Parts: sequence; C-alpha cells; structure tokens
Amino acid sequence: MKPAQPAPDSEKGNHTFCAGGDRFPAGERGVHVANAKIKKKPMTSKRAKNLFLNVVTNPFNMIVLICLICLIGLIVVPLLEMLKNTITLAQSELRRVHGNVGDFTLYYWKYMCASQMSKAVLWEPLGNSLLIGFFVALISVPLGSILAWLMVRSDIPMKKQIGMLIIIPYMIPSWCKALSWLAVFRNSRSGQLGFLAGLGVPIPDWLAYGPIAIILVMVLHYYAFAYIMVSGSLRSINSELEEMAEIQGANKVQILKSITLPLVLPAVLSATIMSLSKSVGSYGVAANLGTRIGYYTLATKMRTFIDGTPKGVGYAMSILLILLASGTIFANQHAVGTRKSYETMGGKGTRHTPIPLGKAKAPLLIFIVVFLVVAMVLPMFVLVMESFQIRTGGGYGLDNLTLYNYIGESENLTLNVNGIFKNVNFFKALWNTVLLSIIASVITAFSGQFLGYISTRGRGKWYGQLTEQLVFIPYLMPGVAFSAIYLAMFSRPRLGGLIPSLYGTFTLILLVSIVKHFPFASRSGTANMLQISTELEEAADLAGASFWKRMASIIIPLAKQGFISGFMLVFISIAKELDLIILLMTPETRNLSYLAFQYSQDGYAQMSDAISICVLLFILVCYIIANHFGADIGKSWG
Amino acid sequence: MSRIELKHIDKFYGSNHVLRDINLVIEDGDFMTLLGPSGCGKTTTLRVVSGLEKPQSGYMTIDGREVINCDDAFYEEPSKRGLNLVFQSYALWPHMTVYDNIAFGLKIKKMAKAEIDKAVGDSLKMLRIEQFADRYPNELSGGQQQRVAIARAIASKPRLLLLDEPLSNLDAKLRIDMRSELKRLHLEMGTTIIYVTHDQVEALTMSTKIALFKEGVLNQVATPMEIYMNPIDLTAADFIGNPRINLLDGKANYDGVTLSASCGLGDYKFSGDLVSHTEEIPKGSFECVFAMRPEQIEICTEKEAGAIEADVYASQPAGSETLITLRVGGHEFIAKQLGIQDYKMNQKVYIKVDPDILNVYNKKTERLIKLARLLRK
Repeated sequence: MKPAQPAPDSEKGNHTFCAGGDRFPAGERGVHVANAKIKKKPMTSKRAKNLFLNVVTNPFNMIVLICLICLIGLIVVPLLEMLKNTITLAQSELRRVHGNVGDFTLYYWKYMCASQMSKAVLWEPLGNSLLIGFFVALISVPLGSILAWLMVRSDIPMKKQIGMLIIIPYMIPSWCKALSWLAVFRNSRSGQLGFLAGLGVPIPDWLAYGPIAIILVMVLHYYAFAYIMVSGSLRSINSELEEMAEIQGANKVQILKSITLPLVLPAVLSATIMSLSKSVGSYGVAANLGTRIGYYTLATKMRTFIDGTPKGVGYAMSILLILLASGTIFANQHAVGTRKSYETMGGKGTRHTPIPLGKAKAPLLIFIVVFLVVAMVLPMFVLVMESFQIRTGGGYGLDNLTLYNYIGESENLTLNVNGIFKNVNFFKALWNTVLLSIIASVITAFSGQFLGYISTRGRGKWYGQLTEQLVFIPYLMPGVAFSAIYLAMFSRPRLGGLIPSLYGTFTLILLVSIVKHFPFASRSGTANMLQISTELEEAADLAGASFWKRMASIIIPLAKQGFISGFMLVFISIAKELDLIILLMTPETRNLSYLAFQYSQDGYAQMSDAISICVLLFILVCYIIANHFGADIGKSWG
Repeated sequence: MSRIELKHIDKFYGSNHVLRDINLVIEDGDFMTLLGPSGCGKTTTLRVVSGLEKPQSGYMTIDGREVINCDDAFYEEPSKRGLNLVFQSYALWPHMTVYDNIAFGLKIKKMAKAEIDKAVGDSLKMLRIEQFADRYPNELSGGQQQRVAIARAIASKPRLLLLDEPLSNLDAKLRIDMRSELKRLHLEMGTTIIYVTHDQVEALTMSTKIALFKEGVLNQVATPMEIYMNPIDLTAADFIGNPRINLLDGKANYDGVTLSASCGLGDYKFSGDLVSHTEEIPKGSFECVFAMRPEQIEICTEKEAGAIEADVYASQPAGSETLITLRVGGHEFIAKQLGIQDYKMNQKVYIKVDPDILNVYNKKTERLIKLARLLRK
C-alpha cells in the first residue's frame, strides 16, 4: 500500500454518491480531525470496475444525473443564451450597425444605457418601476402586518370570517383586480365610462391610470401576501414569551416593541423584499393601467422591444429586471438569513392568549370591515355588474342590463364580438387554459417530488445543493423576464435541429409554465419528502427491495397526499397566470387571462369582465377542492 | 448464526473521522452490544455492518465470505448479507398493516403465499402479537410497534440480527420486560445479535460480550462482568456503573514486580495476576487514581481492624437500596447498601474496602494498571 496521501476528489466521489445517504450531516457527529486523511488505494482493474458499477447500477445516481442535465438545459443554458443575444448582432440591426450577423457588439447595451433614447428606454421606466415597488412595499407591508397582528393576537371579533375575507384578494389574479379598478375608475379617455364617471364624478387621468392606480391595485394584492407571511410568524410565537415580559412589568406597548416586533421582524423584512421584488417585475397590472396613457415600467417597456426591434434591447432589459428582482432577494437573505432561526425558536407555541383591545375594538373592527368593503366587495360588485351592462357607467336600470355579453350573438362581427358563451375564441382559450394547467401542473408536481427527493436525500452533498440552487433560479426572475429567456432560447431550432423552433407553439408555453413553477413544486416536494424518514426506505432496502420497488411501494404511497395538494396549488397558479405567458401568446395558443387582457385593450370591457368572472369562479372552485385535500392557500405563490 | 469479522474499518464524514481502525470479531451466536455515549460511532458501525453505510477503508467478512473490501471498492448489497435490522424509530411503513409490514421482505423474495403466511404467523406468535396482524402501525402503542419491528426483522430468519437502540423509545417498565424478551429471543433463535445502546444496564444485562466505544475508537471488548469489574481506562470506568464509580487520587510506586499504592483509605501492595501485564507501568513513583464501586465499600458502625473512620455527609434511602455520601479527609465518595439503612447526617462510621476488587489507574495515561479479581474465593 502506498504511503498516506490527502484524499483526492475521485475517492470522495465514491462514497458520497450513494442512495440512502449519510444519516448525519458532516460536522454533527464524531470527532473533527483537522487533517483527516483517507489513504489512497492503488487503482486495480477490479477496483475501477466496482467503482464504475457502484455508480452506474444505482438508479438513484442516474436520476440525479438526468435531473441535473434537465435543470442545466432548461435554466442555465437559456439564461446564458439570452445574455449572448444581448451582445451579438442580429439581422435587423444591420442597417444601423456596421458588421456581420453574429458579431460581438455592445450596441444593445449602449442603446439602452447610453444613447439619446436611454431616457425613454431605460431611466424613466426604471424610475417608474422602482417608484411603484417602493410604494407598494411601503403601504402593503404595514397594512398586512397590522391586520395579521389583529387577527392572530388581539381579541377582535369575527376572526374566522374576516380571516377568510382578508386572504381572498390573494386568490384573485392581479390582472383581474386591474380590470375591476378600470370598471370603477375608467374615464372618457378610453371611450367607455366607469362606475364613478357614470355617476357624474369627474375622474382625472392621474387617478384612473398611471402610477397611483397601479400602486393601489398592487397593494391590494401584496398586503395579503404580507398578511400571510407575518401571521404565520406571529402564530409561531408562544404567547408565554409575551407573558414573561408582562410578569417582568412591561406594558402592552413595550411588549409589542421589544418582544413581538423583533421576533416577527424577519418575516416583515421578507414580506417587504418579496413585495418589492415582485411588484417591480410585474407586468399585467402595469400594462392594463399604464400603457393607455404612455406610462411604462421596465416590464411593459421591455415587451415593446421584444415584440418589435431591436430585440437585443428587450433582452438586455430583462436581464436588468432579473438582476433587480434577484438582487433584492439576495439582499434579503443576506440581511435576514441567520435571524430566520427566530421562526422556529418559539415554534412550540400553540397556546395563544388574545390581547384585549379595549375601547379600540369597535373602531378597529369598523376600519377592517370598511377596508374590505371598499377594497374588495365594491370593486367585485362593479365588475360583475359591468359584465351585464349595455353601456358601462350607464347605471343599473333594467334598460341598461343585458345577457348579451354572455350569450349574445352579433350580426356584425367586424365591429363587435359574440357573447363569450357563443364565442369560439372563448372556448378555444378555455380549452387552452385547462389543457395547459392540467398538463403543466401534473408534470411540475411530479418533477417537484423528484427534485424534492433528490434535495432531501442529497442534503449536504454536492448534488443535493446543486439541485436546490438550480431549482431556485426561476424564483428570482419576474415571469415576463423568464419567458423572454425562453423566447431567446427556443425561437430557433436547437441541438442541430433535434429541438425544432418552438416559437408560437403550445409546447413552449407549457415548458415555461413548468420550469417557472419548479421552485414552488420542489419546495412542496422537499417538505413532503422530509416527512418520509430515510429509515423507512432503508428498512425496505434491507428487505431486498430495489430502488424502483422502494419508490413504488414506499415513497409514492406515502407522498400521495402532499403530491395532490402541491399539484392543486400549481394548477391554480398556472390557470391565472398572465405575466409569464404574455410574450409567448399567439391567436392559436392564447388562454383566458390573455383573452381578457386583449379584450380590455381593444375596448370590449364587458367581455373582458365576463371572462375574468369565469376565471375567478374557476379558481375559486379549484381552491375549494385544493382545500379539501389539505392544501394551504398561504403556501401558494400569487 | 454467523461469525462477523471487521478489519481496519475507517469511516469519514467529510473531514470527520467517525470510525478509526475498528477491528472486531463477533463469534457465532454472540449477543454483542456496541456501547458508548452518543456520537461515539456505535450506530455507524452497525450501519457499516448492515451495508447502509460504506466505509472508506477496511474489510468485513460474514462466515468467511467477503462483504466489504474497500481496496476493490466492493460493497455487498445490504439485502444479500443475510441480516436484518431493527431501527431505533422502528421504521414501520405507516401505509401497510402489521401483516404487510412483516410480509414485505418475504414477498420480495418471491416466497409462496402459504410459506409467507406461516413465516409471518410464526414471528407474530414469537413476539405474542398475533391479534394485531390487521392493524396499522399508528393504531398500536409504542411497545406493540416495537414488537412488530422485531417481528419484521426476524420473519426472514436472518443469520444476523442488528438492533439499533430498540428500547430507547419505550418507558422504563416496558424496557425491563423487553430486555427479558430479547434475551429469550436470542436463546430461542440462536441468531448472532449486534445490539447498539448507550444504556449500560441494557448492555450489562443482555450481552454475552460488550464492545465499548470511545470517540470513534473501539476501547474495550470483553464480557459484561469483565467490563464492569475491570474497565480499561478512566473514561470506561466512569461510563459504566450507576451510581458512578468513586475515584480517589493517590500515589503509587512500582519496582517491576510489586505495585505499592496509597490513598486516603490506606496503603496497599499488589503483585502477581492483579497487576496488569498488558499495560506498561512506569518504574519508580508516580501518581495514580483508585477506583471503587459504591457497593464495594463496606460500612460498619463499630470500629474494626483495618477500617477507616468516615463522616456521613448525606444519606438517600430509596427503598431497595440506600446511597450514602461519605467523607474521609478531603475525599468524598458514595457507598451503596441494599435495603433501607438508617444513617444520621454527620454520624461517624467505619469503612472497609477489599483490596482484591478495587482498581488502580495510572493518572497520566488513564489506563488500568491494577485489576480486580473476578471471582472471589
């Protein structure tokens, strides 16, 4: 035997690459030896053969390999491809730039950052996006946090009913909320009057469209997000912690300030960053409420370039968008990271003593009820009513009500469209929506379980960490930027024609929907797999069950419940998606949310309303079913 | 019914050297207990034997058949080693009935239905849980789940049965019952058993042999009584026995034949078999540590020849036994007597220790240099 040498990596690979996995993460067990050495063994042909067989005959290794290849091919390669597109010259720019197609160029970046156009292309939209993000976070997080505290810790009455109502906005797609905003505030600029304008209230442009409208609509979405995060954190705090402070002589304000707030601070910070990051990258609301008056955000401006030319500028903008969104999330992890442990510290807390509000109880209750009515009930009511109106803003007299928008048939189809239930486009879009949601969520949920399996069984191993990190990437990207990547990647044949050009196909939309939901699905898969102890698998291994047999008779039966709830949540998320697929839509592939968006842009407000009502009902039914299977709405990603 | 041999087993987790050159022979029919505090490598050893864990170097044979050869990167699959394992968590499959849990491995072996029925029935009967065959694990108590886990492990008639802290999740009363059950099981089946525990009482009461672990190293392998009477070093002495062993500093002198040692309890001279032959003892004078078990200290109320005067510091009668904390000079130690004994605080008593059964350690190396005579005349 040769003298002892430091362990080479190949040696390490041999023992780390096995199913079942080490039971204890490194560092927790045994004695730490600073210069632990594994003796290098002479490489005999027998040893080489066994090393090879150990890796190859284990199906788990093969699955890891396939998953890693898929993840790299579906996430890393497209990202790099888009980056490449921003620095290589395309055909359409040959008129303006000297050079050949495919040459290296900084034209697009210069065009965006340092040209006469920069102000309109980059700086203004960027400023608008940041402004929107800032105010959305500023308003929605305190609002959500206060509501969360009231609902979890105070003795406010009717908790159950109000608690349900508060999170309903989270189930409603944000583009639906933009439509109901329009239904209320639309003014003569768009040719059709809204509810208020119809009553004779003068609605100025700055209120109907633009930043204020966008911010308020997004606040109505993200306050619920903040509410869900903060209330989760508050619930995990044992009230004994607060009672201890009370015994020490602290009053209510002091307890709130020095005990409760610091403990939920990580959750509040996360909610702030997430709503900032998400609203900066959001497309649907900004497009519905901004483009009419030429108010652009980074996301909406980007689309005009990707749909037109130069596309390279659009891609450069989407890279900027990704950097912006992921930068804030990373900053958050950096700042909150270690403090997150708070969340589990009081994790045993199930007992809660509500804090009496005293005299403030009635005013606070009225505030919540008024808020819910104004923010949710009224706009929804107006939206529903508008779908029955002949003229929008024309009041609810019987002479102005009709079922035309649902079942009417027009004689002149060039000027008008049929009611949605008589409209071929509606049924095609409905079919597309259902098809996309079902196929994408089944595949996503399956992949999620596999990815979760690899992440949990590979904890502390290189492949487990790599999988987790790769899967996390789509989470960092705004939907519209993510689809831009896919457009850049798959708009022409790849792998020498093995993958044809997918531009305008259902497959591309499917692919984007699946990969974008990987982070969520794999997280639910991971949570699911963590509940299945490795020992259950090892016991089967000892009994002689092969990898596939273990999968079939142990893992899958036990993962079923979590699989269904994960599937339902992905399903709903895809059914209401607009931002993610808007760049990829063609008349053949469009779905309900895109059709509603298009009708709204084309001035068929009532049709658009009718479609969004259908989508809402569809989603609501799905939530009820999902809830039945134990899925938690708080875990879905609006 | 098989003989296990581990040779030079080394196991690393990253840079953590959790098993260091483990050499262990388990004879056919042994009840071998791997004993040690948590994190000492005993469970890892068990998992290496089972095949769930792959060591980086070393060899292992079962009945002379090679199952691990790290030089060739050869690791026999767990299911082909002819063994079975009872997990600490029981690892019963929650979606299968008791019957299906036990039959699972037999079905994989493609046994005939009638044979499976008989094997499952036999092991259920052996553990006296026939009535639970159709229940799901979550409908059973902890003790019943434990029996199912054992029944599942023995249904395939393994030549080697591995048990990983099987009793640690049971309450104290059930644990005593299960200890005797396991001992009966070992006798009836004649299977070789490797048993992991951190509980010294389990180790002492059930095993035919104990392998004592210390920080990834195999510290001592011996019969339970040998381990109890002659722990190889101070760590082992301190670990085994409850209440813990009394340690008293003293001085020793060795001339190559006779070991003279003295402490607060008196001066002693040892020679012959009682002085360790395996341990190197420094010539001349050096510091040593006396170790005596609480029950080895005799207490008399009247002055006797050879007895030393002591003060009762505190007395703790607990029904079946009484613990008495004593003080001699600056030393404090605990004595144990059977039944209820009545001592007053600060009472004067006289104590005696049989020099044949006390242990002496080299303070510097912490190793045993004076053995106790196992069987007293």
